[in-house]
Amino acid sequence: MAMDVLIVDDSAAIRKILQRVLRQTEMPIGNIHEAGDGVEALAMLATNKVGLVLSDINMPNMDGLEFLSKLKADAANKDVPVIMITTEGNQNKVMEAVNLGASGYVRKPFTTEQIKEKLTGLV
Amino acid sequence: MSVETLAAEHVSAAPTKEEIVAWVTNSTNEVFATMLGMEATAVDHFVEEPGKGLSMGVIGIIGLVGDWTGTAVVNCSSPLACQIASTLFMSEYASVTDEVLDAIAEMTNMIIGNLKNHLEARLGQMGLSIPAVVFGRNFATRRSGKESWYVMNFSVNGEKFEVQLCLAPNQNGVLTGSGVPRIMSIA
Repeated sequence: MAMDVLIVDDSAAIRKILQRVLRQTEMPIGNIHEAGDGVEALAMLATNKVGLVLSDINMPNMDGLEFLSKLKADAANKDVPVIMITTEGNQNKVMEAVNLGASGYVRKPFTTEQIKEKLTGLV
Repeated sequence: MSVETLAAEHVSAAPTKEEIVAWVTNSTNEVFATMLGMEATAVDHFVEEPGKGLSMGVIGIIGLVGDWTGTAVVNCSSPLACQIASTLFMSEYASVTDEVLDAIAEMTNMIIGNLKNHLEARLGQMGLSIPAVVFGRNFATRRSGKESWYVMNFSVNGEKFEVQLCLAPNQNGVLTGSGVPRIMSIA
């Protein structure tokens, strides 16, 4: 059964690239939803069930860490795997994401293969 | 701590021209190779004084803010911008559209984001502004302030790709007390 995915990034270009990468995988991907920040992402999740989230860390309004924290506190979505995708070099922030429940992270720039590898086993 | 001591610490922390060139080259090469499968060959680099800036092409501008602040500018021709967008999005772009500008904004974000990781190891934590992109010809830009700019040129598929960087210490207003952005565009 096809799984819906949510991409959260303030960069329209990264959202488009990740859409392309997801479509290139052989995974059963259904609808791909997009959000520009954590606030939009939470609103999206309130009305859509997704099986996977790819999220940036540094975003305006609500960053990826706060979004992740709120998602994991939500009984309806706490088991959804979340992969953080970021240019963030600060290891503390990345580790904070992992401690908050992120299933993994990928640093930008990334290859299609790195994304595929990270998703293998998660979905 | 005296102003003189703070100033001395800033000067000793300042990266050398060679380090800046190496970090920008490394960041640019990595982003082109990983995201696009393209080679960005370093051609030359030099230091320019403030004043008149770029006047044509596709220009990505992003600010760096922290104990040190600055502005980074990425510049390329419209054909190269279209090539970059076509490869990133796997769609054909023959002219500069909003999506091409988004692609250059993200290239700017990734290259300077990568560079920021190098800079932070020396200069402390920094934040990046949201990138802006300008496209056109026969416009005027001006670099305000008094800091010098590092200019590094690359060749990508025979087209020029340029990265410019201006950095200055900002702690407690010591030395320049500079703000961002340091480039002003006039249509």
